[in-house]
Amino acid sequence: MSAPIVRRRRRAFDWPAIVITALAVSAGIRVYLRDGWEHFVSIFTSDLGLFGLMLPKVLAGCLIGAFVTLLLPRETIARWVGAESGLTGILVATVAGAILPGGPFTIYPIAGAFLLAGADAGAACAFVIAWTLIGYTRAIVWELPFFGLEFVTWRLIFSLPLPVIAGLLARLLWPYFAPPAKDDA
Amino acid sequence: MTLFVDIFLWAIVVVLGIMVVSRSQSLFFESLRFALREFMTLLPRIAIGMIGSGFIAEILPQDAMLAWFGPGTGPLGMVIAAVAGALTPGGPVIGFALATTALKSGAGAPQVIVYNIAWALFALQRVVIYEIPAMPPRVVWLRVLVSLPLPFLAAWAALIVGKP
Repeated sequence: MSAPIVRRRRRAFDWPAIVITALAVSAGIRVYLRDGWEHFVSIFTSDLGLFGLMLPKVLAGCLIGAFVTLLLPRETIARWVGAESGLTGILVATVAGAILPGGPFTIYPIAGAFLLAGADAGAACAFVIAWTLIGYTRAIVWELPFFGLEFVTWRLIFSLPLPVIAGLLARLLWPYFAPPAKDDA
Repeated sequence: MTLFVDIFLWAIVVVLGIMVVSRSQSLFFESLRFALREFMTLLPRIAIGMIGSGFIAEILPQDAMLAWFGPGTGPLGMVIAAVAGALTPGGPVIGFALATTALKSGAGAPQVIVYNIAWALFALQRVVIYEIPAMPPRVVWLRVLVSLPLPFLAAWAALIVGKP
């Protein structure tokens, strides 16, 4: 069983959240002034509905992240997808990213938990990018209705090698990004 | 379809939860508390992101965005498509709806692939709202940096194969 999870504290609202809030509020006001109250309400309620649909997925994602962190001991994660895991680690992370269902609200907390548990940056990048580009749930739920089977299939085929390429590149560049004090054994 | 994803996700949650409980009950409640704290931190950001994105998309000049990455625009069109993808706010509905419109109105398939992948990888709003709060910012910037060539690699493959 792994050690209790340690996590940096973060404020409920930091500058990116404030920027997005300002953008959203001014865009909302613009829509209201341009198109009137009715249009404003219809956009607001449809987005609110989407938000409601996402909530159970967000919660499930947070729970999966927390459970997986407990179930997979630090040493196991480090062996599978740690800095010494080689190409296999990148491939494992790619497959995991492609298989795991859910949206951004699921995947980023899981990637963050893996990083805390000993995964290396290359594997985390491969994982996130694999989910982004070859995650099948997203392709089925969102992409297929818009683009049709042929386009989506080719798009997926062209995307297959990309997480591996990016993961290897990330591992190569990580020394330039890593915090200087983190060179402990 | 979204219901199917929900069922799948929660089946995983239940299986993992049972595995954790069978090991240690106190650790189960500890991880439950951890997950709920995480959820409460993400909640306001996701609310603002999703509700705000509808309004932001509404005030964008969509015709102009589409005109910039037509079929005859070549490499420049691809770069513009990548930038447009990164700047398209909102969820998949907005990004994919714009890309489909572009495809229908005669944009090149490679450009649309670039737009699609760039949107998936770089959508600023998603990076800011979901990725940075959940992952160490250094790893996020590294992730963005190594992702830069990916849309163009996919478009290059599409040009070589001549599909879709």
